[in-house]
Amino acid sequence: MSLTTMPATGSVEENRSTEPQRPSALSRLGTAFAMFRNPKSLAGLVILGIFALVAILAPVIAPFGPLEKDFSALKQPPSAQHWLGTTHLGEDVFSQIVYGTRGVLVVGLVAGVLATLVAVIVGVAAGYLSGWRSEGLSALTNVFLVIPGLPLIIIVASQYDDPSIVLISAVIAITGWAWGARVLRAQTLSLRNRDFVQAAKANGERLWRIIAVEMLPNLTAIIASSFVGTVTAAVLGLTTLAFIGVIPITNLNWGTILFWAQQNGAFPDFWWWYVPAGLCIAILGTALSLVNFGIDEYVNPRLRSAGERARAMRKKGLSMASGVTAVRVAPEDVDDAPGGTASPAAEASATTAAGGAAPRP
Amino acid sequence: MRFLLRRLAFYAFTAWAAITINFFLPRMMKGDPITAYLQKHQSEFNPEAIDSLRTLFGLDSDKPLIQQYWDYWGQLFSGDLGRSFSKGLAPVSEVIASALPWTLGLVGIATIFSFFIGTSVGTFIGWRRGSRADYVVPFATFFSTVPYFWMGLIVIAIFSTRLGWFPASHAYDKGSSPEWSWDFIGQVVAHGTLPALTIVFASLGGWVLGMRNMMITVLDEDYVTVAEAKGLSPQRVMTRYAARNAVLPQLSSFALALGFIVGGTLVMELVFSYPGVGKLLLDATNAKDWPLMQGLFLVITLAVLVANILADVAHAMLDPRTRMMES
Repeated sequence: MSLTTMPATGSVEENRSTEPQRPSALSRLGTAFAMFRNPKSLAGLVILGIFALVAILAPVIAPFGPLEKDFSALKQPPSAQHWLGTTHLGEDVFSQIVYGTRGVLVVGLVAGVLATLVAVIVGVAAGYLSGWRSEGLSALTNVFLVIPGLPLIIIVASQYDDPSIVLISAVIAITGWAWGARVLRAQTLSLRNRDFVQAAKANGERLWRIIAVEMLPNLTAIIASSFVGTVTAAVLGLTTLAFIGVIPITNLNWGTILFWAQQNGAFPDFWWWYVPAGLCIAILGTALSLVNFGIDEYVNPRLRSAGERARAMRKKGLSMASGVTAVRVAPEDVDDAPGGTASPAAEASATTAAGGAAPRP
Repeated sequence: MRFLLRRLAFYAFTAWAAITINFFLPRMMKGDPITAYLQKHQSEFNPEAIDSLRTLFGLDSDKPLIQQYWDYWGQLFSGDLGRSFSKGLAPVSEVIASALPWTLGLVGIATIFSFFIGTSVGTFIGWRRGSRADYVVPFATFFSTVPYFWMGLIVIAIFSTRLGWFPASHAYDKGSSPEWSWDFIGQVVAHGTLPALTIVFASLGGWVLGMRNMMITVLDEDYVTVAEAKGLSPQRVMTRYAARNAVLPQLSSFALALGFIVGGTLVMELVFSYPGVGKLLLDATNAKDWPLMQGLFLVITLAVLVANILADVAHAMLDPRTRMMES
């Protein structure tokens, strides 16, 4: 498991310290991770890091083996010995969840990496090439967008008695790459005609160099966001498949726990059996979404500054009723205004928020 | 015009690709559930039905592949999808037609509700950005990442097993059969409430976040500032100027969501044992009922395709820029 090389395992600082101490590489890394440098992304990455640690250290953390049976303690509620209680066979739920983290993260990462690779290759090629090759690739993308993923996965997976993790990941990836490819194609199309790409072309740089050196750095944010999106979809897909019973129970993950819980009548009385696994999926999904919010705000600064600007305006005593064009509240209405320190002269002065150039009081 | 033709060509191509995938799926699978079944139950079939199944599943391997392919198309156009093994050899098209109304009704209503509520909430949060309304965002995110089946099971555990407010499964009470009476309609509503509510809850977050982000982007446009400066009422600026433009991407997602209604709520139908298309597909998978699986996959794919066409038409009608850019 090469989790340590993924950005998901650590914050910016951790990754920096492991890099060679060349200033150029350092600063380059800093810019590469700029999209993660906001509270939302960091919070998401920290949660992901904790999950990754749990997955790596599973044998150390888990007090029992995931399938270790203790027939003297069946369906026990949480206690000092079994932190999250036991199943109908006396298995420790906490240990199952700790080991199940591995299955979820491995499939999520493998499917995410595969799908992102396909998306980058197809999307960038479709955006950069022209003529029938571009048309063909985007038609291919659209076909995969239209084909419903979950039914196809179920049909394919039901063909194998014991599908391996790699096969499951591959099938999830095959049904999940198209959206990223579509977004990447649109962005590449707009990059293709920028001056710096034209200049590189005029310099006689080779195709792969133009794509790898000139274009890919400008696509990192979109690639990262499509990677995070696919991982989220893969985690949800995997747990859903496991819950439906399409994935063999030998692949232990959070969905398998829920499958067993439902099969053995855990609902509604044995809450310790089914609540933690579902919460883990939701927390992991929320963490991934947080990372994506951060990337979104990095790509689209309007999303980032909207809240800050509104708060700044309220401090100045401007009405936030609309938030678009703030009108200073007239003296008669001062009672209603938050911190109304408006002067009569300001009554007529409308300040636009759009430019961020509100005159100081 | 050119734009329309290009889109039409694309849809024709996609439909062709989907049907071709459907043609090759059983031919690529290892093992052959069909032959075994036919040998066991030869007497129950009439020769015509066997022929049709042979064509659908590539058992007529004595013919060249291209001939099989043509026969397959011929059968599709005559509406023959074979016969379902697990449903007493009923024609697949009839089996699907009997499940379709349940899925369309329940999930359709839920999706429409979810879209309208989510978009309105998103409009409001985007408009009052930076205020306390922003706290809705993390909750919406959390609810959209909660696995649906888990939420469904917990909702059943609370509202049906514990409190007994709603029935836990099926579309109507046991022992009654579909008819147009108030009693029966009441049963359907009672049985549909929980599934519909869970679908709305699970999908609300996406609509809220999408609309909020678009609102924030649109609110920075000059025409919104101009509308404000003209002294129009905030309500008018919010709805007629900002939301009207921000809702465009939402509408195309909505059309796509309509397409996924047919096949996208498999898990809901599993959790609530709802007799819709998704449940049918799961049952068919478990029973290795190949004709039914294949027919369902085809219907689900075509539904998505039709929704895509609607999305394109709606978008082209509402936003003239699309037409200009694409042509």
